[in-house]
Amino acid sequence: MNALTFTLKKTLQHSINCAALTPNNLANKSITEIAVILLGYGKSQLRVDEVFEITGETSNACAQNICFKNTSNKLDYLGAHMTSGRIRIEGDAGAYLGYNLKQGEIHCQGSTQAFAACNMAGGLLEIDGDTGEFLGGASAGLRKGMRGGTVIVKGNAGDRVGDQMRRGLILIEGNVGDYCGSRMIAGTIGVLGDVGEYAGFNMKHGTLIFSKIPKLHATIQDCGTHTLPFLHLMFKSFAQFETKFANMQTQRVQRFVGDAACNGNGEILLLTPLQ
Amino acid sequence: MLINTIKIEDTFAEAFNMRGTRVIITAQNLKWAYHAANAMTGFATSVIGCGVEAGIERELAAEETPDGRPGVSILMFAMGSKVLMQQLESRMGQCVLTCPTAAAFAGIESEDRINLGKNLRFFGDGYQTSKLIANNKGRSKRYWRIPVMDGEFLCEETTGMVRAIGGGNFLILATSQPAALAAAEVAIEAMKQVPNVIMPFPGGVVRSGSKVGSKYKTMFASTNDAFCPTLKGATNTELSPEIESVMEIVIDGLSFEDIAKSMRLGIQAICNLGEKSGVKRISAGNYGGKLGPHHFKLHDIMSETAA
Repeated sequence: MNALTFTLKKTLQHSINCAALTPNNLANKSITEIAVILLGYGKSQLRVDEVFEITGETSNACAQNICFKNTSNKLDYLGAHMTSGRIRIEGDAGAYLGYNLKQGEIHCQGSTQAFAACNMAGGLLEIDGDTGEFLGGASAGLRKGMRGGTVIVKGNAGDRVGDQMRRGLILIEGNVGDYCGSRMIAGTIGVLGDVGEYAGFNMKHGTLIFSKIPKLHATIQDCGTHTLPFLHLMFKSFAQFETKFANMQTQRVQRFVGDAACNGNGEILLLTPLQ
Repeated sequence: MLINTIKIEDTFAEAFNMRGTRVIITAQNLKWAYHAANAMTGFATSVIGCGVEAGIERELAAEETPDGRPGVSILMFAMGSKVLMQQLESRMGQCVLTCPTAAAFAGIESEDRINLGKNLRFFGDGYQTSKLIANNKGRSKRYWRIPVMDGEFLCEETTGMVRAIGGGNFLILATSQPAALAAAEVAIEAMKQVPNVIMPFPGGVVRSGSKVGSKYKTMFASTNDAFCPTLKGATNTELSPEIESVMEIVIDGLSFEDIAKSMRLGIQAICNLGEKSGVKRISAGNYGGKLGPHHFKLHDIMSETAA
């Protein structure tokens, strides 16, 4: 079985909208039909076969496994609104990777621009490299960000990770920028690396799990060190993913609650308690 | 039918449809898991007066429980889903929420769900938090974390509710009270090895078997005089002259097969004691077959042909 493969064949001057190239959109379509699909490119539109070399098979089974090769960070909205199947990106991706992803899996072997997992509702998004700002955030005008699913980032993430996040799980093995979990409504974000300033800013609910203490602002309050049984369940659920988080075991954490500035009841759990 | 000199009567136990659920209680150690479980299954011998029939099904090792701590599984049965839900919530609130280090989890999966911690969470007065956690099959379950004085009470939001059967039973007719009780204890030990069943009465044994109705208008059940040894000459007795004591074992279970298996193991354990045990006959309680849809025929069960 040859996966349906799109190989980028030209250098893009600006971003192109690839939302149409998902397993659910391409099911039951022939190569010819796929080739004439129009992709938004700035003020104009380009046919798929003007941008990509299309290879592989288009049977339903093959269309459920899509591969992008020779990619660049100009490919926006890869895997947007996806409801089934798998997408593998052998390289970098643009902004809005996995936008409104509902089901299925996306694996980006490179880095991505901002707004990855924006409005995501389900499924699995794996990013081997780094990702930009607003990972798992909300698109402009919306008051709720990521609503479900799991995001695993092996590299670093930018500012505002999980901004207005409503539900779901984000695991970042590297560092994150400032305002991690800002305006978070619920859900879980784990970070193994360094965390920037203002983590949990205006956080309502939800859990931030850090392994290194960040510089916390005044309205995040220390509630002491505790053994929390739910962490056993949560860490056990991480074991299904290929990530460093799968090895977590401790239930002993220092718990911070906030953000008191908005009467929030969110929590920051620090895995290595302060001495 | 005679097994090792003990007569198995050609009769049947009559059982009823019930609704059942299973809850897993864990704690820092088994001692505290039992404290919670014993409280939760206390005063739950018969639906006649307790609303539910409940009991501890078995102990669970740490690796068998969701949170990796030792625990016990509890089965709870009621005549209807509404009563089961009410009883479960009140017993959870008074017996498990209150018990140091205890946590509660769903012990059975089904489409029908009843509340475990869904309403208990309001005890948290706004400080409660929920976590949606996926299991290894990718299915997410919601757990509630309620701040309490010993730390956090962790409780799954709902548990499953399934169709079940209650009222499987058999009677042990012996030449003395100690003989009847000793035989009952042996049977209970054997029956505890069977999953999916509980024997809800004290120690698994009931001495006050009842019949439907009474001479008193306010009573809808009264003593089963036909099996009362002290009334042998005064009533239409079922007892022969040498019988001096009768004990009953009542079984509730998740399926007909589970109850039949547990009855078979219990009766066989008594029969293994032989003549010197003082047990003369094994009988069963029924209402003529007109009330309960499930009939556990003793001869079929002991021939391992129960269907």
